[in-house]
Amino acid sequence: MRIKRKTIYGYLFIMPWLLGFLLLVLWPLIQSFYFSLNNMRITPVGLKFKFVGFTNYLDVWLKDMFFIQELLQFLANSILRVPVIVVFALIIAMLLNEKVKFKGAFRTIFFLPVIIASGPVIDQLIGQGAATVPLADQEVILSTLRQFLPMWIAQVIAELFNQIIIILWNSGVQILLFLAVLQKIDPQLYEAAKIDGGSGWECFWKITLPTIKPIILINLIYTLVALANSNQNPIINLIYTNMFSATRGYGFASAMAWMYAIVTTILLIVIFLIFREKEPKRRKL
Amino acid sequence: MSLQKSKRFSSEMKNSALSNKEKFGMVKGKVSRFLFGFNDRRGFVLKLLTYTLLISIGFVYLYPMLHMFVTSIKSLEDLLDMSIKWIPSTIYTSNYAQAYSVMNIKEAFKGSLLLALLPTICQVAVASLVGFGFARYHFPLKKLFFGLMIFSFIIPPQILMMPMYRLLSALELTGSINAFIVPALLGQGLNSTIFILIFYQFFKQTPETLYEAAEVDGANQLTIFFKIAIPMAVPAFIVSFLFSFVWYWNETYLTTLYLTSRSTDITTILLQLQQFEQNYEAMYPVTANSPNKINEGIKMAGTVISILPLLIVYFFLQRYFVESVDKSGITGE
Repeated sequence: MRIKRKTIYGYLFIMPWLLGFLLLVLWPLIQSFYFSLNNMRITPVGLKFKFVGFTNYLDVWLKDMFFIQELLQFLANSILRVPVIVVFALIIAMLLNEKVKFKGAFRTIFFLPVIIASGPVIDQLIGQGAATVPLADQEVILSTLRQFLPMWIAQVIAELFNQIIIILWNSGVQILLFLAVLQKIDPQLYEAAKIDGGSGWECFWKITLPTIKPIILINLIYTLVALANSNQNPIINLIYTNMFSATRGYGFASAMAWMYAIVTTILLIVIFLIFREKEPKRRKL
Repeated sequence: MSLQKSKRFSSEMKNSALSNKEKFGMVKGKVSRFLFGFNDRRGFVLKLLTYTLLISIGFVYLYPMLHMFVTSIKSLEDLLDMSIKWIPSTIYTSNYAQAYSVMNIKEAFKGSLLLALLPTICQVAVASLVGFGFARYHFPLKKLFFGLMIFSFIIPPQILMMPMYRLLSALELTGSINAFIVPALLGQGLNSTIFILIFYQFFKQTPETLYEAAEVDGANQLTIFFKIAIPMAVPAFIVSFLFSFVWYWNETYLTTLYLTSRSTDITTILLQLQQFEQNYEAMYPVTANSPNKINEGIKMAGTVISILPLLIVYFFLQRYFVESVDKSGITGE
């Protein structure tokens, strides 16, 4: 069989990534799965493995006090925060896309968090209380919400208010993506709609939203992955702690990471199924 | 112009030929045009709403930075004085002097720059190659690889961390900057997937005919890549460079993991910031009533110092950055 030249070129160009994937993703992935089936002990001679099958996986659910609790918290947080971040990013992007004065200055401000919203800087700011709005009193909000909501929902919402700055700060990349797609919408579409008597509100629902739908999906997925993998996520910290704990060890931590990954993946799939591009249904005759 | 208009309007108002009802209608029309706009002109209400939102959200964005900066120039008395919130009584710079002395800036800055710059260059170069490969050529299993690439972004890093660490340490890469450069060269640096996707979308958009014309003229694939693709993708390079630089600069977890496991001289500004308190206490031991006890002012001064280089880079590049986003085709069509 003659191999097409284009095939060779293609493979040559993606070769670095392909090698990297096999060596730095696939191989560690297999190893990690193997670890999770074992009890690992770090001894002076090296690592010692004791095959235990799926016991680690069961233990994650049955014996760990914090995992289920943190997981539920994470789910509640994600369900609230992901839409908040994405909707907020869309609003900002639309505002920045308008003809406003000092557009450049506003954009500069809104992308500023992208460059500092990670690492120990944000930890310092949280530690100093610089990341909470002093205007919003946490206790007042919490007690008001508790009057008509169950405690655990109220707590999540109150925390949402409390961390509003951090949440908003996490939307830099999403704003960027939305802004880029908004600027590509053909202005003639809007003109045509205006001539036909469409209001701004109608234009938003009929033109803007359908055009940016694929980006909404991308932003939702990006936001969820960013939240799930962030250093401020308690589950991640739980996994790290277990990794170096004397009684649990790396095998257990691997199993926990796998379970967590599966839960996140299920969430991603749900988002994907809800927001994917639906094939236009053929009208039945 | 508007003076003339208003003059004409007032003279029309004085015109007794019009009935009061007509006059009222005219005023109403004017007011509603002013408030709600007509045709393409936006009304006052909408403008007010837009600016209010932009300014208030802008304030929420800037609040932590303002707080950080103001706190960093407060003296101890100002910090303790509850009545002083935003405007310190004096501009107190010795916070900075102390933070500067604690942070071992020279070494740390060198380390940070090295650790951010070299992997960034490798990462962006490789991402552009891979993106070009995916965008321009058709080859078997392309869809599978593309899917796997996106999948690799979704995997939580903790799953891969330990095996990766063992691998890198077996290859004798840990303890040096190679632990970052090698993954970047293999397209597995920090968030590499995003950069590959940016380049993929960008190269998809450049018209096919350009490449074909070059091929007819006898250019080989590398020439096409360097002479046609790269010059057209400058905005994508700027965005990728800035993002990648920032992410590498801010990375502390991997830096701690890969660098401190073996004795090295490399330290970064953010590692210094992480160990700020310990280092401070080692340098200025707490005695009964020493004036040097650590306080928020000093900590915030350290934080300001640690983001200053990024801020400077951002302010120089932001114009290209903010504009080039529009052109870089991050989103595709």
